[in-house]
Amino acid sequence: MKMNKSQWVGLFILLALLAFSLLGIVFSPYSISQQDLNAIMEPPSAAHWLGTDHFGRSMMTRMAHAIGLSFALSVLCVLTSSLVGTAFGVWAVWGGKKIDHAMGVVVNILLALPGLVVVLLFAAIAPGSFLVLYLAISLVQWVEYFRVVRAVTQGVIQSPARQSSQMMGFGRWYQFKRHIWPAISPSVFTLAAFGGANAILTMASLGFVYVGIQPPLAELGLMTVELFPYYSEAPWLLAQPLVVVALMVFSFHLLAGKRT
Amino acid sequence: MKAMLLKRALQLITVVWGVGTLTFILMRSLPGDMAYRIAASRYGQDNVDSNAAALVREELKLDQSPLAAYFHWLTDLLQFKLGDSLVSGLPVRDAVEHMLGHSLVLALAGLMVSVVIAVPFGLLSAWRGNPFDAIIMSLSSVIRAMPVFVLGVLFILLFALHWNWFPVAGFGTPAHLVLPAVTLALSLAAVSNRVVRDSAKRTFAAAFYQFSKVKGLSNWQTFRQHGVRNIAVPVVAFFGIQLVSMIEGIVMIESLFSWPGIGHGLAHAIFARDIPVIQGAALVMGVLFVLLNTLVDVICLWIDPRGAKTL
Repeated sequence: MKMNKSQWVGLFILLALLAFSLLGIVFSPYSISQQDLNAIMEPPSAAHWLGTDHFGRSMMTRMAHAIGLSFALSVLCVLTSSLVGTAFGVWAVWGGKKIDHAMGVVVNILLALPGLVVVLLFAAIAPGSFLVLYLAISLVQWVEYFRVVRAVTQGVIQSPARQSSQMMGFGRWYQFKRHIWPAISPSVFTLAAFGGANAILTMASLGFVYVGIQPPLAELGLMTVELFPYYSEAPWLLAQPLVVVALMVFSFHLLAGKRT
Repeated sequence: MKAMLLKRALQLITVVWGVGTLTFILMRSLPGDMAYRIAASRYGQDNVDSNAAALVREELKLDQSPLAAYFHWLTDLLQFKLGDSLVSGLPVRDAVEHMLGHSLVLALAGLMVSVVIAVPFGLLSAWRGNPFDAIIMSLSSVIRAMPVFVLGVLFILLFALHWNWFPVAGFGTPAHLVLPAVTLALSLAAVSNRVVRDSAKRTFAAAFYQFSKVKGLSNWQTFRQHGVRNIAVPVVAFFGIQLVSMIEGIVMIESLFSWPGIGHGLAHAIFARDIPVIQGAALVMGVLFVLLNTLVDVICLWIDPRGAKTL
């Protein structure tokens, strides 16, 4: 797959953020909840590269953990939802009318509620649970892959190339690899990049309305709310989570390339 | 048309069932004895004894088997008996009706402002081409990358706290509506102006459009006679798709600006674990979502009757 310049830029920013997060988690001498009330809201210094928050916790460490958490969630969600969505999408076309119909009913149920409301309801069942957040976001996201993959696969299944491939006795896996996957992979890739952005957005949004990941864990949306009261004393603190969320979403959008 | 309406009606039923089931699971999965917990939130922590709990148990029929309780829950829901809030004790219906009005005002204002922003900018981008087009497109991708709440926080910092032009949060006067509506509108317009632009570009380049110019119509006449309708179809259809982001935007913006709408109510209820209110708010959002989608479908059919066969 060839990537254009802006996609490389997006990938580069994401990798840089990931590197920052991993290095920060591994090498930071502080923990995310280690307070130092003698040094609150300090500007960036040699001891605290990104300053300290209102409890004197190291912002560098907290940002590294928050970014790591966002990446972990988005990667997990993208992997799960793309695998499930693609598999079901191909299966719905290949498996005959009955299966297609049954899937259609499930998808219609899921599409009837806005995604964020579904995630909020799940978050209400187990507040602050990373696992439930992951399950809820994946549940919402796989539908997109399903719909696109199903639509594209329908054309490929009817194509003479695929049919002669079947008549020559090639197995289903080979047919998928040779005929279906090349047709759907660009769309799946684009959806995956947007899905990664959406997962990060959703987690930050939930954190922001206080029903997502709970304190003292570091999470970008949660940090925004926590630091908001100190916007005038320490604007550089509030700016950090805001900039990083926007940057992550932006680079995922860049990575997705042109909307198809 | 009939098939489309039937499909939407089915969706409406699944919304009610889905929300009902999820909130039922929610109710059952709360830790501790439900009767005691509900009594505690109703009468205060200090006034809970076994009598109060028994009263609640009797009133809400909490000692049924799970299946019977589930059935009971759904039949209540079908009759729109939403119960009382666990926190305030007020009927959920009144609260939801109150919140719905505020949300609709915000949504409508946001949508209108977004159309006012997106349509002229989209048309201009298509009409003028580069460099205007390139500037607007990159500007909108930057705004698109910002989560709604980041945009909102920036607006609060600039217009409310720094310049003091508008109130930070709350409701009541028209000035309170400005910041939330503009935040919502900008986040919507940053996406929809691209759709307007693409649709307009396609129409301007089409053979029939060129022909009507060649036969002597002025620019404005061509646009009005041959442009508007053709440009409008994908744009209106896209507003349907955008409903999702609009409802999600409303949840975030209402929480941020303390706007007393459904989204704010939902987030608060989830935080307080006030399940009847969660159910009521989620239900109204889902139903509204399906109804608006139906409306968009109908409008699309009205603009372009050719689509009737494919629906």
